[in-house]
Amino acid sequence: MTPAIELRGVTKRFLTPSGGVYTALHDLNMSVEPGEFCSVVGPTGCGKSTTLALISGLEPASEGEVDVFGKPVAGIADGIGYVFQSDAVFPWKTVLGNVAAGPRYHGASNRDASERARDWIARVGLAGFEDRYPYQLSGGMRKRVALAQSLINSPRILLMDEPFSALDVQTRTLMENELLSLWSASSASVVFVTHDLEEAISLSDRVFVITAGPGTVKSTYKVDLPRPRNVAEIRFEPRFVAIYEEIWKDLRDEVLVSYERQKRGAA
Amino acid sequence: MSVRSAARLNRVSAPTQPADRSGSDLAAARQKQAGRRRLNVLGGRVLVAVVVLGGWELGSRIGVIDKFFWSQPSEIASTLWRWFTEGTDLGPLWEQVLVTMEETVGGFLVGSVLGVIFGVVLGRNRLLADVLGPYIKGANAIPRVVVGALFAVSLGLDIRAKIATAAVLVFFVVFFNAFQGVREVDRNLIANARILGADNRRLTTEIIIPSALSWIAASLHTSFGLALVGAVVGELFGATEGIGELIYLSKNLFDTAGVFAGMALLAATALVAEALITALEDRLIRWRPPVATEVRI
Ligand SMILES: Nc1ncnc2c1ncn2[C@@H]1O[C@H](COP(=O)(O)OP(=O)(O)O)[C@@H](O)[C@H]1O
Ligand SMILES: [Mg+2]
Repeated sequence: MTPAIELRGVTKRFLTPSGGVYTALHDLNMSVEPGEFCSVVGPTGCGKSTTLALISGLEPASEGEVDVFGKPVAGIADGIGYVFQSDAVFPWKTVLGNVAAGPRYHGASNRDASERARDWIARVGLAGFEDRYPYQLSGGMRKRVALAQSLINSPRILLMDEPFSALDVQTRTLMENELLSLWSASSASVVFVTHDLEEAISLSDRVFVITAGPGTVKSTYKVDLPRPRNVAEIRFEPRFVAIYEEIWKDLRDEVLVSYERQKRGAA
Repeated sequence: MSVRSAARLNRVSAPTQPADRSGSDLAAARQKQAGRRRLNVLGGRVLVAVVVLGGWELGSRIGVIDKFFWSQPSEIASTLWRWFTEGTDLGPLWEQVLVTMEETVGGFLVGSVLGVIFGVVLGRNRLLADVLGPYIKGANAIPRVVVGALFAVSLGLDIRAKIATAAVLVFFVVFFNAFQGVREVDRNLIANARILGADNRRLTTEIIIPSALSWIAASLHTSFGLALVGAVVGELFGATEGIGELIYLSKNLFDTAGVFAGMALLAATALVAEALITALEDRLIRWRPPVATEVRI
């Protein structure tokens, strides 16, 4: 079976404002199966967001190949959903306008798009908020809008960049469970970026650990916890704790490296 | 904007927060306080008018202020009354006001639309912006009211000359704001729209222009004021009607009361326009949080 996403020997370099070259990713290999939920963890600045940008086609790779469903990525392809790290809902559109944007861009009539948008707004628990502007919503509600905005296009691949990191713990657990139920009703492959190992394990089938920059996959872990899962409870199970300890040993070294570097950079 | 935005905010939060007893007490006290404040403000305003106008009137009566050069409020009022009841030397008063308004609004619309178009196109096209940049900056450096003279020659006494003058003044303000607005569009929003499937046209109409509009909306007050300046200057350079022409005529007759009366008309017109602009601005940026600390004069 062709993997949903495959990165082979991918290197990404950026030109820095001072004219130098910064290598964000180096020789990264990763593959995600159709319908698989994968998480990417690693210290800040290791290239997690960059990896998503490469898969989405927003950024080209400097070296190596990025394939989506067996085809090389060249520009933004259809069938990809992307929940950005920072708020990216349109502030001048209402909740309804934001969620209806995708179908409209794909040629649906306004009525059709609104109808589908209402359905998705209800599914993410925002029924009754259709006419509000983003500034009138809480951070969690804005994330729900972003989620509905992406999912309404029925993406085959959903990229999520630390979507819940700005939320309080309760809201976050709620959203994680909702994400799992929405995902299981779809057949999408998910690449979920987070710096929170607990979140990564409780959501995923597999976890990729990325090294401190330049990023490359250090190791991959299978999470063999049964589904459906309840994110609030799963973290107390012995198997979860065992997996956590195993991955954390690996991740800790990278976090330390990154931390030392930052300290030196700041000094 | 502040009052209407506050109303908006209430509409949103009202159904979710049933006010309890202490809450309604607090609201009543707050309302009482606001009422008293409004009264104070109004009283203060009347006081300022009485002191300034009364002082002026008194000064000119006892001869401290030269009535020939500085006129006096009672004379200005009687001039206004005469214009109002008997019409001006140029015809009925409302016609003069209407003509100036037409020129102002016309210039405002033409200048804004052109400003937005140029701003968006140049903001989207790096090469074009680099090529035209110095020329636009140079043109902007010229005291622009002088183009009124040019238009007076080329377009004559026609209303188009005034609209063109007003439009030129408005254009640059709107252009620079639109340009900046396009340049400052959040990269994330563009990325999001592209991922969601927006093509270039959609990107322009749904992301770039709304983002630029919030910048432009901020400049509406300034640009409408400039449109009025353009219309009046255009009339000074040659016209057959309008408030500017009325002022020009009075000046030639050494009728300072007429000049002041014209100014009062302009001020009244500007105030009405100001209210309209505020309403327009409110519509354009309804999606923005109301600014609680906003002070509007
Ligand atoms: N457009 C860019 N230009 C220059 N450097 C960049 C750019 N985008 C990211 N980087 C750098 O690449 C590294 C990885 O960034 P990123 O992928 O955002 O990390 P994270 O893992 O925190 O998401 C960082 O050091 C960042 O400074
Ligand atoms: Mg990131």
